[in-house]
Amino acid sequence: MAALAQHTLAAPAPAEKADGYWIGVWRRLRRDPVAMVALAVIVALILMAILAPYLAPADPLRGQSLRRLRPIGTAGFPLGTDELGRDMLSRLIWGARLSLFMGITPVILAFFVGSAIGITAGYAGGRVGTVIMRTIDVFYAFPSVLLAVALSGALGSGTGNALVSLTVVFVPQIARVAEAVTTQVRQRDYVEAARASGAGPVTIVRVHVLGNVLGPIFVYATSLISVSMILASGLSFLGLGVQPPNPEWGLMLNTLRTAIYVQPWLAALPGVMIFFTSIAFNLLADGLRNAMDVKQ
Amino acid sequence: MIIGAPAHDPFERDRGGPATPLLTVKGLLKHFPIRGGALGRVQAHVRAVDGVDFEVMKGETLGVVGESGCGKSTTARLLLSLIDPTAGEVFFDGMKVGSPELSLKEFRRQTQMVFQDSYSSLNPRLTIEASIAFAPQVHGVPKREAVARARDLLARVGLDPVRFAGRYPHELSGGQRQRVNIARALALQPRLVLLDEAVSALDKSVEAQVLNLLMDLKDEFGLTYLFISHDLNVVRFISDRVMVMYLGQVAEIGPSDVVFDRACHPYTTALLSSMPSIDPDHRTMEAPLAGDPPNPINPPSGCRFHTRCSFVEQVCSSVQPRLTEAGPQHEAACLMVVPGSGHSKAPVGTGVAA
Amino acid sequence: MLVYLARRVVYTIPILLGVSLVCFALVHIAPGDPLVSVLPPDASAELQAQLRALYGFDQPYIVQFLRWLGRALQGDLGTSIASGRSVTTEVVTAVGYTLRIAVLATLIGFFFGSLFGFVAGYYRGSAMDRIASFVSVLGVSVPHYWLGMVLVIIFAAILGWLPPTGKGDESSLWESFRHMILPAVTMSVIPMGIVARTVRALVADILSQEFVVGLRAKGLTDAGIFRHVVKNAAPTALAVMGLQLGYLLGGSILIETVFSWPGTGFVLNNAIFQRDLPLLQGTILVLALFFVILNLLVDMLQTALDPRIQRS
Repeated sequence: MAALAQHTLAAPAPAEKADGYWIGVWRRLRRDPVAMVALAVIVALILMAILAPYLAPADPLRGQSLRRLRPIGTAGFPLGTDELGRDMLSRLIWGARLSLFMGITPVILAFFVGSAIGITAGYAGGRVGTVIMRTIDVFYAFPSVLLAVALSGALGSGTGNALVSLTVVFVPQIARVAEAVTTQVRQRDYVEAARASGAGPVTIVRVHVLGNVLGPIFVYATSLISVSMILASGLSFLGLGVQPPNPEWGLMLNTLRTAIYVQPWLAALPGVMIFFTSIAFNLLADGLRNAMDVKQ
Repeated sequence: MIIGAPAHDPFERDRGGPATPLLTVKGLLKHFPIRGGALGRVQAHVRAVDGVDFEVMKGETLGVVGESGCGKSTTARLLLSLIDPTAGEVFFDGMKVGSPELSLKEFRRQTQMVFQDSYSSLNPRLTIEASIAFAPQVHGVPKREAVARARDLLARVGLDPVRFAGRYPHELSGGQRQRVNIARALALQPRLVLLDEAVSALDKSVEAQVLNLLMDLKDEFGLTYLFISHDLNVVRFISDRVMVMYLGQVAEIGPSDVVFDRACHPYTTALLSSMPSIDPDHRTMEAPLAGDPPNPINPPSGCRFHTRCSFVEQVCSSVQPRLTEAGPQHEAACLMVVPGSGHSKAPVGTGVAA
Repeated sequence: MLVYLARRVVYTIPILLGVSLVCFALVHIAPGDPLVSVLPPDASAELQAQLRALYGFDQPYIVQFLRWLGRALQGDLGTSIASGRSVTTEVVTAVGYTLRIAVLATLIGFFFGSLFGFVAGYYRGSAMDRIASFVSVLGVSVPHYWLGMVLVIIFAAILGWLPPTGKGDESSLWESFRHMILPAVTMSVIPMGIVARTVRALVADILSQEFVVGLRAKGLTDAGIFRHVVKNAAPTALAVMGLQLGYLLGGSILIETVFSWPGTGFVLNNAIFQRDLPLLQGTILVLALFFVILNLLVDMLQTALDPRIQRS
């Protein structure tokens, strides 16, 4: 062994490096114009949310009763004013903060919780796996909208409760995918080989399973962001999520409902934002799936 | 034995001496439950491995042959406890595996496996060198040293470490990947290597190169091989002894030349006659095997081969033949070999029928 | 196959039990005292205890659950705290309204979804395919409550062709139907995108299979091939449709809110804001049961229709 080690240490030639997996995915994704446009839109939305204080021309919370429901194109209010006389453009810009936060956070939380549950169930298999997955099936047996509304309805209105409800909605979906891919990976010979070399389950999951399952789970999770955006804004639309006077697109849509006979197009504006965000996330998720779905 | 070394030190290379078999398998059994019905109750068992005994001597290559589904691969996986055996004991160099004397982890360090599918047996997200260095790190070798060992092994299996160490499996050919798998198996410096159809998926020319590599490595590292294959030509080429399996049981076991030239079990004969040969002297006139092996869920009574055997007699469906000596080191489980078994071709023996 | 069907039914039982447990738990994860909305603010401790015993809230959870489940099995979902009426009656009435628009929406969504999907799959890779695919992305990305608002703006506020909200005068079939059009069309967008995607994949897959290539080689006409495609795609497409109906029943709350349609979503909305927990619990239980049983039926029907499906 000593001689063996010396042999290579004496000649520490730099090995030829191959590109990692994610670099390949990024290279393929870059060649997909639709996905890149979607990515640009998402980056722009996130920048808008971060830079809202600098971008918004007016205070999103201060309104004047004298200038309520001005139409789109009014001088000083390019997108008009809402039912309390607040500047729509500023509210839409500020609204990106809460809307994106409420849409993305549950998926991130569910990604961690669902992956942990699903990978555990998939790798353990047998009885433990069955018990976990049957419990997951119960939550899966509710349509997502119903479960989200039921939970936040029972917990009560508010951003925290809405986040918890949405996370609970997505955990079973992610756990199912995680369990399925883990079960597949567990049957690969390299996992058998790792077991045959005496490695324990934690080491095997860390070194051999995670790297191979997190990618597919991640792609699935990105495809949920679009749904999550719609659901999160939906909860606020029902009055269950973000509370007035905070700017959030779903909530704005709700409060402007009364104005559809006065300023119909103005009332529809916040929905356009939700729609665009949701399309962008959907297209990005599709592109990501294609970029990763390459047989290596 | 070196004087002063503790008698039970499992790290000692040759503990039991050359006469002790490196591997002894006793009564290995694996029944997979079949669930069915509305409630998913166990309704039957697949008798994948059904009472297998054999030994592997130090430094030899034992070939294992048989049709697909005969339990060859299951046997290999059972040996390493990759699947839990229903019953049976495994001894390594005289020590019982899983006993305080020899833990499963230590046994797994000394016994490694090479799988058939070279692609599926390498983690696609790890570089070649990381894959090879993984096992030594599990056993406490520092990373730097494990990587150095990986590179050295790459060189020994004929792959330039400078070119290959940092590559990913998908960038390699099937033959190259199988060389990596062999290097990976050797990284723990094992004494026994289980080769499960290790060359079966390769092109013929590559197969020959890998076989030669295996022979060289065996001498270089003093290895013992359990070589599982459905390819009789390859088994004959590499094996010292051959074990023929049929429906989860051993049909015949003996020195390679003897089994290939003077097979006692009609199954072996049939298997050999279905073997493609360019040598006209080796062509037999026996009928090759017809049809598929019977279902291992409900194997035939008596001798399991009696449903396909051309020498079948009444007694074959009721009496199960035991492995019986047919020559030096040569045993077969056929009533035609068992003295006084009741089969018309059995030796009229002094022995008592099983 | 019979064994599979039997096992599928047996497997549904623990799911149903779990679903009812979740519904039961809803009341207990709710913050505050479940009695708070019926109690007068100055209720004496004695009265509180009396009411608590009356509703059974003084029992251990497991007893409460078993009692509740036992009553639910007999069709008694308790009493609405807000209205004092039987929850079962309220839910059954509401389910009727929801079913009306959900079925109509499923039919519309299935028709147009199959049409788009079929065209896209048949002319795969063409401009038609790309347009249809993009439309189906729009379909799954659109916040349907917003789409409902936009339709109201166009067809009610601006054009004045259709009524914006409500259920209309139910003695007039025509009036009822006119009130159903906008909610149903809005809702139909949800299954349309998914049906289109499924049908597109199915058709493209069937057309690339060897038997179709073989049929073409034998000189079969386009109409003949069309029949083959329909026959092979129908079971899966119908299954997707069935599942979508289940989603719509449970997911109608946002759309019903937009259109003030007196279905389950409307009832849920009221239950939530009046803290009427028995009503909330009962409505959700009924909708979830609908969904689970619909899933079961679809699965069984699909197995029966398509003998190729191997189940083990």
